Amino acid sequence: MAERYGAPLAADEPSRGQAVIHPSREQWSDAAAAARADGFDQLIDLTAVDYLTYGADRGLPTGVQPERFEVVAALMSHERGERLRMRVQVPAADPTLATLFDLWPGAESLEREVYDMFGIAFDDHPDPTRILMPEDWSGHPLRKDYDTGRIPVQFKAASNVR
Amino acid sequence: MSITEQDAAVAAAPAPGAERVSRRERSAVLRMSEAEAAAIGGDPDDPGDDELVLLNMGPSHPSTHGVLRLMLELSGETVLRSKPVIGYLHTGMEKTGENLTYLQGGTNVTRMDYASPLFNELAFSLAAERLLGIEAPERATWIRMLMCELNRVSSHLLFMATNGMDLGAVSMMIYGWREREEVLRFFEKVTGLRMNHNYIRPGGVAADLPADWRRDVADLIELIEPRLTEYDTLLTGQPIWRERLQGVGVINAAEAVALGATGPILRGAGMAWDLRRDEPYLFYDQVDFDVIVGTRGDCYDRYAIRLNEIRESLRIVSQIIEAMPSGDYRIQDKKVTPPPRARIDASMEALIHHFKIFTEGFKVPPGEAYAAVESPRGELGVYLVSDGTSVPYRVHVRAPSFVNLQTLPHLMQDGLIADGVAIISSVDPIMGEVDR
Repeated sequence: MAERYGAPLAADEPSRGQAVIHPSREQWSDAAAAARADGFDQLIDLTAVDYLTYGADRGLPTGVQPERFEVVAALMSHERGERLRMRVQVPAADPTLATLFDLWPGAESLEREVYDMFGIAFDDHPDPTRILMPEDWSGHPLRKDYDTGRIPVQFKAASNVR
Repeated sequence: MSITEQDAAVAAAPAPGAERVSRRERSAVLRMSEAEAAAIGGDPDDPGDDELVLLNMGPSHPSTHGVLRLMLELSGETVLRSKPVIGYLHTGMEKTGENLTYLQGGTNVTRMDYASPLFNELAFSLAAERLLGIEAPERATWIRMLMCELNRVSSHLLFMATNGMDLGAVSMMIYGWREREEVLRFFEKVTGLRMNHNYIRPGGVAADLPADWRRDVADLIELIEPRLTEYDTLLTGQPIWRERLQGVGVINAAEAVALGATGPILRGAGMAWDLRRDEPYLFYDQVDFDVIVGTRGDCYDRYAIRLNEIRESLRIVSQIIEAMPSGDYRIQDKKVTPPPRARIDASMEALIHHFKIFTEGFKVPPGEAYAAVESPRGELGVYLVSDGTSVPYRVHVRAPSFVNLQTLPHLMQDGLIADGVAIISSVDPIMGEVDR
């Protein structure tokens, strides 16, 4: 499978019974296109993980440089009933990644959510806006350095002076 | 246009390809930020001579199923482009999940899709069990199936009620709630709560079924089955109902797949895909049921699929009554299961163990896992990342409604606003799980 998508596989392959590949950021679009051509016709899920405070061993295969963010895409092939997970490392210094919109238009909302929650920008995304948080929000809530309870409850037009 | 003429028109029109949904420019999606919309909106009292109108529908609107807001670009009464604006119910539940143990996690995820809470708990528990490398005992698995299928019945009954209400069939609303209440009464008897049960937990379920559960479930089946025939008489064959739904909000299989749609939307478009059959989890490979598939992908198909899925679920439930084995309702693994109450009085170690499990929680080996189940709305998945402690490092829920909402602009394009109401209803979004 590594040759098929040009990317290293998970160390404990398959990861708990599920196929996982680790393309690099540069390989992301090509690996996705190869998977699409290989029959993975639906993008089921796309999310991210912020590994900033992760204490355990990441379990990445050799040759994969761990970075702070990891974007995880779950693909489905209806024809074969197979699943494939793609995990890509995204550095904190330059949190950008190519969009999957052109391969799977269903990526639109999912990538907007990842941008909103993690601040990872998707190059060439058709609508790079926040989706769950208000448009004028600052910060990205699911980042590990974004504390819970940091923000006072906000009501529009009310002053936050206490 | 009569029904037969409509049928002919639908059949004659060429099926649009998946390119329709992947268009970037002039697609069905109104990709416009609120600030941009406000800037071109201008003075509401002076519409000017512009042909196109930008209209805001929701977030507080009786037909938007909670707090869904739509930005509509209209030409007269025809919807050209639209954009669902969401986030009004966002409470950061995925972030909250990072501070709750695996035992408490169920109380969090169960509140996402509040119409089918047991499915959330099931997906969460399956993901946690995959990380732990354990499997629930046989009886627990059958109990999970029983409860989930009854939950599918109650969720689809809720759809029947709201769908009827949205289209003006108000009596259907009352009937749907009435039958659903009977199912919820059974849930209350088993789990202690009508909704948000936290009943399915990693390692099994919270409690065994009550002694007379077989009679209760048989009564439920006996009650609901004839009522479904009544719904058929009331709605399915009724000309007004058919005129209102047939040929409205059409999507084909290629478009649905491209947009990530799952559940009744995908099956309505003619694609026979149901995780219970195609990727069997629990014991779904041991029961007999049909996957209901539509042909046209319109609102009527989605309605008919949900109605008939109630029948299939009842069929599964009656098989579960026969198949239910005796045994334990939770795994006897010291790692995740607290010691029995009787031993706490006798053994200090048991007391400490009990205390540790409910305060600190049990530790889960590091790693990541994804588990998916077929919820009434489509594929509900949970992606868990563990760092070896007793709280998950990351909880992500792949909410079917969130992804299915993307089909809305494509379903509504070139239709009337009034049909839009029928379409929102047929997508059956639960905003609690959309916004999380």
